[in-house]
Order: sequence, then C-alpha cells, then structure tokens
Amino acid sequence: MNVSVVSPPRSGTLGTNASRPDGVAKVQGGFAFSSDMWAENMLWGATLRSPHPFARIVSIDVSAAWKINGVEVIVTADDVPGLNAYGLIVQDQPVFAKVGDLVRYSGEPIAAVAADHPETCKRALEAIKVEYEVFNPVVDPEECIAGRAPEIHPHGNVYRHQRIVTGDLSVEGDVVVEGDYEIGMQDQAFLGLEAALAIPDSGGDGVELYIATQWLHEDRKQIAACLGLPEEKVRLVLGGVGGAFGAREDISLQVHTCLLALRTGRPVRIAYGREESFYGHVHRHPARIWMRHHATRDGRIVKIESRMVFDGGAYCSTSPAVLINGITHTQGPYKCDNAVVDGYAVRTNNPPCGAMRGFGVVQACYAHESQMDKLAAACGIDPVEIRLLNAMETGDKLITGQVVNSVAPVEECIRATAAIPLPPDLESDPDFRDIPGGSGRTADRSHIRRGIGWGVSIKNLMYSEGFDDYSTARCRISNGVVSVKFATAEVGQGFVMLAQQIARTVLGVDEVLLDTIDTQVGSAGSTSASRQTWMSGGAVNAACVAVRDKVLAHVAQYHDMDVANLAVDGTDIVDTRGSFRVAVADVISHLDIDETAEYHHPPTEDLDENGQGNCHVAFAFVAHRAVVDVDPELGLVKVVQVATAQDVGRVLNPLSCVGQVEGGIAQGLGLAVMEEIVVTNGKVRNPSFTDYLLPTFLDAPDVEAVFIEEFEPKSPLGAKGVGEPPCISVTPAIANAIRNATGRELPRVPIRPYDVCL
Amino acid sequence: MTAIGSEMYTLSVNGREHHVRDSWIGESLLFVLRERLGLPGAKGACEQGECGSCTVIIDDKAVCSCLVMAASAQGASIRTVEGLGPDGRLSDVQQSFLDAGGVQCGFCTPGFIVAVHHLLDSNPDPSDLEIKEALSGNICRCTGYGRILDAVKQVSVSRRSTAKDGAR
Repeated sequence: MNVSVVSPPRSGTLGTNASRPDGVAKVQGGFAFSSDMWAENMLWGATLRSPHPFARIVSIDVSAAWKINGVEVIVTADDVPGLNAYGLIVQDQPVFAKVGDLVRYSGEPIAAVAADHPETCKRALEAIKVEYEVFNPVVDPEECIAGRAPEIHPHGNVYRHQRIVTGDLSVEGDVVVEGDYEIGMQDQAFLGLEAALAIPDSGGDGVELYIATQWLHEDRKQIAACLGLPEEKVRLVLGGVGGAFGAREDISLQVHTCLLALRTGRPVRIAYGREESFYGHVHRHPARIWMRHHATRDGRIVKIESRMVFDGGAYCSTSPAVLINGITHTQGPYKCDNAVVDGYAVRTNNPPCGAMRGFGVVQACYAHESQMDKLAAACGIDPVEIRLLNAMETGDKLITGQVVNSVAPVEECIRATAAIPLPPDLESDPDFRDIPGGSGRTADRSHIRRGIGWGVSIKNLMYSEGFDDYSTARCRISNGVVSVKFATAEVGQGFVMLAQQIARTVLGVDEVLLDTIDTQVGSAGSTSASRQTWMSGGAVNAACVAVRDKVLAHVAQYHDMDVANLAVDGTDIVDTRGSFRVAVADVISHLDIDETAEYHHPPTEDLDENGQGNCHVAFAFVAHRAVVDVDPELGLVKVVQVATAQDVGRVLNPLSCVGQVEGGIAQGLGLAVMEEIVVTNGKVRNPSFTDYLLPTFLDAPDVEAVFIEEFEPKSPLGAKGVGEPPCISVTPAIANAIRNATGRELPRVPIRPYDVCL
Repeated sequence: MTAIGSEMYTLSVNGREHHVRDSWIGESLLFVLRERLGLPGAKGACEQGECGSCTVIIDDKAVCSCLVMAASAQGASIRTVEGLGPDGRLSDVQQSFLDAGGVQCGFCTPGFIVAVHHLLDSNPDPSDLEIKEALSGNICRCTGYGRILDAVKQVSVSRRSTAKDGAR
C-alpha cells in the first residue's frame, strides 16, 4: 500500500496566510505614514496653484507674503537650481510655471512657501499676487488631432499616434456590430494623501526625502535633475504609503519639498489636503472609443476595427504607454486575425492623466466587452457562449503579431465563473438597505429589475516596449540572522509579507528581518503593472537562493558531502540520498553571507509603424459576472454580487489574493456607476469626497472568487501579478448587467442615474 | 502663528490629561492629536467628515475629529486608536483585522478599528447589514470591505461565545 503523507506548508512560507510585518503597527495606529513623519525644527510647506487651465503668467508679486510673520521662504521657478521640468517619459512638466510662460492646467504649481504653521502657509499663499493673461482652454481632443487647436506646449498637442494593422482587411463579417463608447476620468483616490518630509544635509549640498511613492529610484533621478545635484546626494526613504493605484508614479511634491528644505536649511514637510490631491496627481485617462466587430453568422470574430482617443491632459506623464496598452488590448481575450486600430493620446488643457490600475486596458476592455454583448445579441447567441467560442488560448497570435506564450486559461476562467451560484432572488419585502437607493428608501420593490452581465479581460504584466524594468534584492546572513533588503515600494499590496515568505521558504528559517526600503540598494522598478510579485519576488528569490547555495556548499565542505545531494527541508538541511539532517539555524549561526541579485524579464520590442512587435512580457486573464438590481424609473443601481475566476498562476498568499480581488472589484464598480472627476472648460468641479463618490461598505457587492491555478513557467515563483485584472472587466460586466436589466444601450461609464432613467 | 488667539487648554485623551499650550485656537482636534500630543493614529484624508479615517470616540460617540475644534473638546473624554488595546496589547478587534486580512495599506484602519469598537460596544450582535450601515461612514480604498466584514463578524462571534462561557 502506498501511503504518501503531505505535510501542510510551514507557517509563514509561500502558499500560506503569512502575517503582515507591518500589521500590528497599522492596527495600533503607530505605523508611520509619510504624513506622520516629523523632525525637530520642522517647517510646513505649501504650494500655490493656478486657478486657470490656460493662461500666461504676466507677473508674480511675493512681497506681501514675505511680510507675514512666520514665513521662512518663498520659491518660484527662478529658484529651481537644475532643470525646471520633469516627467516619466519626456520632461515636459515645469517644477513651477515661470513668469512669461504658460500655465496649462487648472492646478499647475507656481510657487511654494515654507512657514511655521500650516495656517501661516495658507495666509502666505493668499498674499501672493499673480497676474494672468487668460486664454480659452483647449478641451476637445479632436481639435488637437485635427490640428485646429492652438499649440499648448512646444512638444506639440499629440503625445502619440499609433496604428495597428494586421491580416486581411478586406474580410467582412456576416454580422457587424459597432458602437461609440466613452469612459470618464477616474481618480485613484488613495486615502493616504501626498506627503513628504525633506531633511537637508548639514552642508546644504544634499537632501534626504521621506516619501510615499511607487518607485524610489525613478523619483530620485527626476528630483536630482531638478535640484541640480548628483543622484548620490539625494537619498530617498519610503515613508508609509497609504495606497497608490498609479497616482504615485509621477512627481508631485517631491521637488518642491526638497527645494524648500535646501533653501531654509531646515526639515520641511508638505502634506496635501484632499482638494489639492485632485490637482496634485494624474488621473485615469478619459477616452472615446469607436469599435466595430465583424463575425461569422455563428459568432466567430473575423475582424475588429477601432479608433481610440485618450485625453492625456496638459502634460505627458505616461500617456504614450497608456495608449499602447489600450490599443494592443483591443481584441480582449479573444482570437482575432484581422484588425485595424488607430490610436491617439493627445494634450489638452484638462488635468494631466497617467497611470491608474489597469493602465489603458480598462478603457479598451469597456469597449470590447460592450461589443461582445452586442455581437451575442446580433448572432442570437448567449453572452457566455460567444465568449467561450472566441476564447484565446496559449499559442494564439495577438493583433500585434505577438504570440501569447503565457498560460492562458480564458475558457477555464469563464467556466469557473459560470459555475459560481447566482444570488437568491430579491425578496418580496427586502430590507431597504439591500435595494437600489439604499438608506434613502427611494426605490420601490415593484419597479426593481434584475440584470446579469459578463466581462472577460486580458492584461499585460510588467513594463512593455523594450523597457528593462529590472528589480534588485539583497539577502544577508549575519550572526545567524537573515535579513532582506530591497527598494520595492510597499503600497499596501503586501510585498513585505511576500518577501519574508520567500526567504522563509528558500532558506528554511522562521525569522526574517526586512531592512529599510530606500535607495541604498539597486532599483526595484515601480510598484505598478502587476509586476512586483514577479519582478521583486524574482529578485528576492534569486538573492535568497544564492545565499542558500553558499550555506549548502558550506555544509557539504564541512561534512565532506556532495552539495548536489543537499537540500533545505522545512527548517533543516538534509541529504536527499542519506540520513544526514542538520538544523538551518545551527548551520547559519556562525556564517556571514551577503548576496545581491537582479531579476530581469526577457527583453521586449517596440511596435513598428503597423503596430507589430513583441511589445509585452506576459499576460493574465480574468472573468467577471455581475448581478445588479436596477430601478429604471429612478436610475438607481445596486450591485448585488460579482462572481469572478482569475488566472493567478499560483496562489502565494490566499488572503492577500482575495484582498486584491475584492478591492479591485470595488474600484471597478466605482468606475461603472459612481466615480468621475467632472471637468468643464478645464476645471475640476468636484475635487472633494463629498462630490467625488467612492464606494462605501453598503455599495460594495458580495464577491465570490475562485482562483485558476496553473503554474506559469515563465514566472520565477510560478505566480502572476494579481493586482490589476480584478478592476478591469468588472466595469463592463456591471454595465452589461444594467443593459440586461433595462434594455438601454448605455455607451458611457460611469452610468449616471439620468443615463438610465431619462 | 503661535501667538494668534492662543490660550492654554486641557484635553483628556485615553485617560490622560494633556495640556495644549501655544497653539492656534483654530486647530482641529485631529491636528492637535497628531501634531501636538504625539498621537498620530487618527488620520486625515478628506477634511470634511466623509471618510472616517480620523474617527475617535468622544464621550461614547464616534466622531470625525477633523470636524471638531480641539479647544471645544475640553472637559470631554476622548479615546483614540492608541487607547483601545489593554496595556499596549492588541484589542480583539485589532487582532481580528490582522487575522481576517482586513489590513492592506492601513490608512483607513485606525478609523475602522475605532468605529468597530464603538459599534460592537453598542450592538454586540449586529447583522451583516447593520455592520455595513454602521461602517458606511468609513471609506476603504484597498480592500473592497470583504475582509473587514469578516473581521467584525469574527469579533462579534468570539465575544458572544466568551460571554456565554462566562455565564455558565
């Protein structure tokens, strides 16, 4: 009889619900977020911003502000010692707008002050007089594409134009469906507002910045250039990060805070309020997408045509990369041989847009999943069947010519989602908190209609188009203590937990110390693009494996054994061919080992003029099914349940995976029915949590999630990034459910009450 | 700024008397707790009572400390997240947030912890809907609330079973 005993994974290792090393401090209120940083003799900083979206600065008069008691310094563009410009892809955004130059969006920084109290700062800002020559803002992207708008910036009004052309364009479908879709501007709305503490070096020739960011080394590069300092004179330490979701990829207050500290010779903290935060970071691109699908009578897609326009706002940020993500995901997770796509990312006087969770794919997915329901209806096929019929598989070729060589369990995701039980019907006499309108007690039970909708998506992982976004990690053993160091921004996702899980698993130890997250080690790349589990996980794994190999070599030499036969088993080192066994803790107590490793993903390519090229590293997939209750007369929606199955490669921490999925779904729900930065004539009309509506506890649906675990051989840990897919196809799933309930076309998200009821 | 309209006043926080000197009289309770009393647990995220990150308990009521003038809280009993665990140890609610995976970035967490203590002290056996409604003034942008709901339910169950054991 064969008896195999599988012992459960050791507590805190890969695959378990390890506890967060920052958890106790976070629940007790002692965890130091960047807004909690404090230093002796510290000053407060604040930023003066343009109220106009498009104007020339005629003059700036700071004399009255200087007279206010407690004001220590006022800085403008004239005080920027280095380059008065920054930006992730091109440096087109001024640190401060200069006299004689333009302000290009409402909220553009013009000056900064440092003073003894936040209230003093506020009064000083009010005392600065700026004279403007005001122009009509350029707010229509089509005017920029047509070349009819005045030039907003010397770099031009089009950030990027890219086409994708593939296959036989003469192919026509038996069935053709098309639509014009619009996606509103969403805010990341992290709760931990932008904040930083800058401490100048005593000689005044360097600075240390405690900052909540997604990528310390990229920040340092841009800050040093603006300050005119060598990079080694700018040291960044990660301040506690209260969420990110893409909004901390770009420079906001980093340069201003350092500049004030260097000018005063004193520590300076800047902390934005919520309104300023809406002006201080980039948002999700609003987009207009036209899409036409051609299919055979039985529902097979034969050609897709599309045109996408992303409004990048006043400065470039990551607009060119967001555009590429959008257009290269036009087909969604479906087979398609023939396509023509025309994509534009343009400059306007609207608020600058850049990275947000999903990065261009959210917009494309909303359009293709709306189309899939139209196609299903036109072919008379069930919405689930048409998605299964067209589901992509490993080895399929994308419209860019790239072959999908990731694990691609699209069909499994759809089938597993469909197998999740639907929620019970709405009761005849429901609790008012369970129906559309909730506590407002507005919906009438007899009016409520239930709808079901689907969304399925593909998302690229890591950076694209030739970018080598490598990650670095260092693992040390000293006096029997294992420590790991990296510059990976922990923004809430739990990488600190994962790093410990990896080290415990590889090295067979229980205690793993984490060194400070700062720029005293190589770059980790950005906490973006669902990439840190793969990239920094890969780097930590490689560093720990290098250390483990040295430990095993030491044991082999000491005991005169063949190192090839030694392995870590639990917390022991064992001879796999014999009975030798020794505790790791005993071996390492007198060892000193220090290994640093870099992890690089395979190189990728730029797209050519026809949008062809292996531009992405890897892909993940997910399916969503939404159930909604709608009161069509009042336009009120309650999202009852979201069922999902997600391709994750391998679950490394079950609770963390569930947390990412539930959190992403809430954000996707926000885009579907609640969240939009309303911009009219270049001005944000709702820069507050009173007017920008975020999903609350009562808005969040019941989430039923399953994970599709198929080990991804390309990934160092077999796992795929989990962060972005949850928020992508849930938005069209909810929109499709509302369409199913109401019969309305609803081409735009967020779907507002008047879109449904008028 | 320090001298404008300032006078000394006293706040009672977590059972201790704190003297607030040389402050500007316009400061909110949130600002004074964080910047003058060394209690940074309450967080500011909206400044208008919409997000609940700054929740503290004042005389048995859960309130947004960003909306309270610090000087007006004289004579009241104030409890913050720092004062909830017995002798610096974790309260059952704090432990449950960790066990259930209710903490990601953690910025909303202190406000939630205070609000959940307040909820369960006044309603030891809340339904799911009662939990959701009571906590709908606290916004979390990371978790989607699912793990937080689990955390609250776990505390509620364990408190009731403890109470039952005590009654035997």
